[in-house]
Amino acid sequence: MSGPVFVAQDLRVTLGAAEVLHGIDLALPAARWTCIVGPNGAGKTTLLKALAHLLPHRGRVQFMGRDTALWPRRELARQRAWLGQGESGAADLLARDVVMLGRLPHQPWLAAASTDDHAAVAAAMRQTQSWDWRNRALGSLSGGERQRVLLARALAVQAKVLLMDEPLANLDPPHQSDWLRIVRDHVGAGGTVVSVLHELTMALHADELVIMAAGRVAHQGDCADPATHRALAEVFGGRVAVHALAGQWVALPRIDGSGA
Amino acid sequence: MNAAPLRRPAALALVLLALTAGLCLIGLAVGSAGWEPLRSGAGEAAAAILWEIRLPRTLGAWFAGALLGLAGAVAQGLFRNPLADPYLLGSATGAAFGVAALLVVLGASPAAASGWGARLGMTGAAFAGAVLAVLLTLGLARGVQQTLRLLLAGVVVGMVFGAFAALLMFWAPEIMRTMQAFLLGTTGFLGWPGVGVLAAVFGATLAVALACSRALDGLVLGEATAASLGVALGPVRLLLVGVMALATGGAVAQVGLIAFIGLVAPHLVRAAVRPTHGWLLPLSALAGGVLLLAADVLARFLLAPRELPVGVLTAVLGGGYLLWLMHRRPL
Repeated sequence: MSGPVFVAQDLRVTLGAAEVLHGIDLALPAARWTCIVGPNGAGKTTLLKALAHLLPHRGRVQFMGRDTALWPRRELARQRAWLGQGESGAADLLARDVVMLGRLPHQPWLAAASTDDHAAVAAAMRQTQSWDWRNRALGSLSGGERQRVLLARALAVQAKVLLMDEPLANLDPPHQSDWLRIVRDHVGAGGTVVSVLHELTMALHADELVIMAAGRVAHQGDCADPATHRALAEVFGGRVAVHALAGQWVALPRIDGSGA
Repeated sequence: MNAAPLRRPAALALVLLALTAGLCLIGLAVGSAGWEPLRSGAGEAAAAILWEIRLPRTLGAWFAGALLGLAGAVAQGLFRNPLADPYLLGSATGAAFGVAALLVVLGASPAAASGWGARLGMTGAAFAGAVLAVLLTLGLARGVQQTLRLLLAGVVVGMVFGAFAALLMFWAPEIMRTMQAFLLGTTGFLGWPGVGVLAAVFGATLAVALACSRALDGLVLGEATAASLGVALGPVRLLLVGVMALATGGAVAQVGLIAFIGLVAPHLVRAAVRPTHGWLLPLSALAGGVLLLAADVLARFLLAPRELPVGVLTAVLGGGYLLWLMHRRPL
């Protein structure tokens, strides 16, 4: 795959009476992990939803070179998987039935699940280590366990492009590392990941950051680039600083109170 | 949460079918004087009672309950709310209003309204009333996104349509007796035409609902996720609202306002198994049929030779169940 996966031109989204995204121009690279960060209310989730074609918007969004509005619904559903924030409900469904929902775009109308579907479900659940509770109802799992089932649901789509909104919610540190490994494997195999993360240190593991503030893109750049670190400090009002530690970038709060 | 035993949905279906068969036999053996089994060999009159009164009534009660159970399961899946039910969305009261309006126009008594034409007409009027009420509810709630808004709008619409139906009764007292039986909910006026209409409506709504069952599964994780999986939300929502209105209207036109079956039937199914909608919809219909048939037999039996309107019985039992549910888990 060559060229950008997503291209947005003058993307504007209005929620209720307020315009939340004010004309965004953006190109997200293929076979990379891009992370969208920014202060609360910057429009991160809205941008991700608009890219995923899940929100009415003005302006233009192209996915793999074609306007998202022109994609056949099921084909689009096979090409990009979506993991939303705080997906509730489904408390009465078994975990394996929830993961099987990810196979919906692959299944002919009313056809029973194929062996491919079962294999994809098992592989996804093993990947997120949720296979052991496949026969338990989603409502009987803890928050972190549920999140791993939902992640498996998104992986079971086997889409090239994974869009995830706050996928680390409720995950403990070992499973956050597992999540990083899953994302790295996906990108290593030629896939693309776009995620919204509020935890900056996790976000700095990405290849590229899109830094948002007040409904606009303030900066887009490589995670190792000092310019990106400066832009990050700027949108957070100088209250965070990026440091190198043990071969990783970490964002730490500045508590001297002086600002930047 | 309790670790409920995860029995197979097929086993539950068999149990419900067996219960249906058993209750049908009991329903045929319970008459106006209590337990009085009749054999068709016992003379003309006995055969007539069996074939013209008890059998259609028994079958009709089952179909009406099945329609309400199906409508409840569709509403709960579509609106992603375990408390959604045809009553809470105003569609049942809307259907009652439609029937009242038709009765005023026809000036008919329930006896006169027992022919095929009248049954179909009442079903159509109830369907129109139910659709109108659901559309009003959805309009007032500005869509289905906000559950609380939706339920409150449903309560408002239900009250207003209830008041309109009462106003019609006030203006046209000749429909009062019919409407009263109707508002209480009764299976007493069911004849073969009613059963035929119920069966046809049940077949049609079940087929459409099953065709949308995958979409309902997709909806359990929210509308954004369903849309991301390629579910065509607009057409599916329209179809399912139509199914809910037709199922509710069909049942209400034949047996009146019978509360709680639509709410309780899917809950009972989910308490026993953890099905996807492909199983939940038919199982809820079966459970609804069993519930209403059991309530009907009980209503005929309890005060025999006097008869308890079955709607009163389901309201009391269903209310108790809802209270228990509230007590068991915070809603």
